[in-house]
Amino acid sequence: MTRLRPLLDALRQRLADLAELALGDRASDRVVPPTGHTVWLTVLSAAAMAFLAVFALALTQATGRLADAWAEDLAQSMTIRLAAPAAEADAQQAAVLAILAETPGVASARALTPAEQAALLEPWLGPDLPLDRLPLPRLIDLVGGEDLDVEGLRLRLAGEVPGAVLDDHTDWRAPLVAAADRLRMLGWLALVLIAGVMGAVVSLAAQAALAANAEVIRVLRLIGARDFYVARAFTRRVTLRALAGAAGGTVLGMIAVTLLPSEPATGGFLTYLGFSGAGWLAPILVPLFAGLAAFLATRRAALRALARFE
Amino acid sequence: MDCTGFPLRAERGGAAKGMAIVIDLRAAGYSYGGSAGALSGIDLSLPAGSFHFLTGPSGAGKTTLLKLCYGELKPSEGQVALFGKDSRMLSRDGLALVRQRIGVVHQDCRFLDHLTLAENLALPLLVAGRDPARETESLSQLMSWVGLSHRATAYPPALSGGERQRAALARAVIMDPDVIIADEPTGNVDWEMSQRLLTLLGELNRLGKTVLLATHDLALIRAAKPLVQARVLRLADGRVQAAGTEL
Repeated sequence: MTRLRPLLDALRQRLADLAELALGDRASDRVVPPTGHTVWLTVLSAAAMAFLAVFALALTQATGRLADAWAEDLAQSMTIRLAAPAAEADAQQAAVLAILAETPGVASARALTPAEQAALLEPWLGPDLPLDRLPLPRLIDLVGGEDLDVEGLRLRLAGEVPGAVLDDHTDWRAPLVAAADRLRMLGWLALVLIAGVMGAVVSLAAQAALAANAEVIRVLRLIGARDFYVARAFTRRVTLRALAGAAGGTVLGMIAVTLLPSEPATGGFLTYLGFSGAGWLAPILVPLFAGLAAFLATRRAALRALARFE
Repeated sequence: MDCTGFPLRAERGGAAKGMAIVIDLRAAGYSYGGSAGALSGIDLSLPAGSFHFLTGPSGAGKTTLLKLCYGELKPSEGQVALFGKDSRMLSRDGLALVRQRIGVVHQDCRFLDHLTLAENLALPLLVAGRDPARETESLSQLMSWVGLSHRATAYPPALSGGERQRAALARAVIMDPDVIIADEPTGNVDWEMSQRLLTLLGELNRLGKTVLLATHDLALIRAAKPLVQARVLRLADGRVQAAGTEL
């Protein structure tokens, strides 16, 4: 307990500092001149960075959902391609459907009609080709459940219907999921960069404010102000400005994300760009982070500036 | 000027007047790197309740010596003790606390121009953690003492030179300090105002405050003779040339 006492005292002091910083008092706030170009520099840069951060967050969450959706949807969807002589095609198709009917984990299985196959090929071969004369394989659309033994089904098909090939889309699904994952990483990287730039800009604004008010700091020291008092006055001012700017930028960013088209006719990535459920809480962290970055940057800059004065 | 008696606390430590040394320089020196403003081998003791004039030509180092006395500069040689504590050994918070016991009147006053006169005067209370709202009566009396009651809501740039100097004196004493250091307080005011400022400083000295006043105005020093019992320190070439001369 004795060993913990200094730690507890330090923690209590930090909490008291934070409480004083949060509450402040109007008279002490007046010590720092209220105007100057650093006001708008801090507020606008925090707002702009917060706005971008909200989009980066939306992008990160969207790519995450996209990757999950692609992985989930395509993992359940499979195709059986049946290449057989025309005379045996119907019989082999029936055999495959019979196997699927008695295979555990198969949610549904359905042979595509010739019209559906023609519709699939139309974008590549055009509408007027005599598809009925081409030796096209039959296609069976299969939706599997989680308990479907894909390898077991593949082996059984190979044994009983040699012309049937089960394609679980692994070959082309994996690059898509990997691409979505990389996009998600880019989103996180953008967030980190935005956070770094926000910290740097707020730090520069704090240093500019302190440099512009060097005489104020000098006077405060000469009349007996402790470093903590001076640092707190400036830290509180810059932190509150950054917090206000970031809050405004966050609200604007969330409104902009909300106004994005939610259900485009063609579907696709924009369908996912936005927040959903608990994801809406994430942007709340943006102003808090901006405030924290401003607090740390200003406090450090203030203590460094104070070191120049006795 | 509607000056009344000094309104703050009555003399304290009267028994120690003339005994305790509040500021003590021993072989103290300071160098800016060149010769200008450099001080060397300064021995100076300011007893509690004493009144000293510090005079000398421009560039003799008066301001540097004063800065050593209130801790804005730390000696590059020798020792400066403020209330018995070596200024070089004081922590930054410790120095801040010492400054709350030393009121300084700068030649250029050094107000915060975005605050009203009343707010500027209350600033030392504020930074010391005291609530100026609870000391409005003291503030009001202090402004009346320096004849600035009617200027409470004015901003520093709107004040005349004399008003600024009186306000600076009021700010210097708002914390009821033990020592008052004034650097050319009459440099920018007319003779009449100089006399008034001297009268205020004399009143403070009679209440037991230690006063150190730097001036190059020998007429002011002569005029102080009927007002205060003071000693004159002449500074030249970085050294105290004549110490302890009685007025």
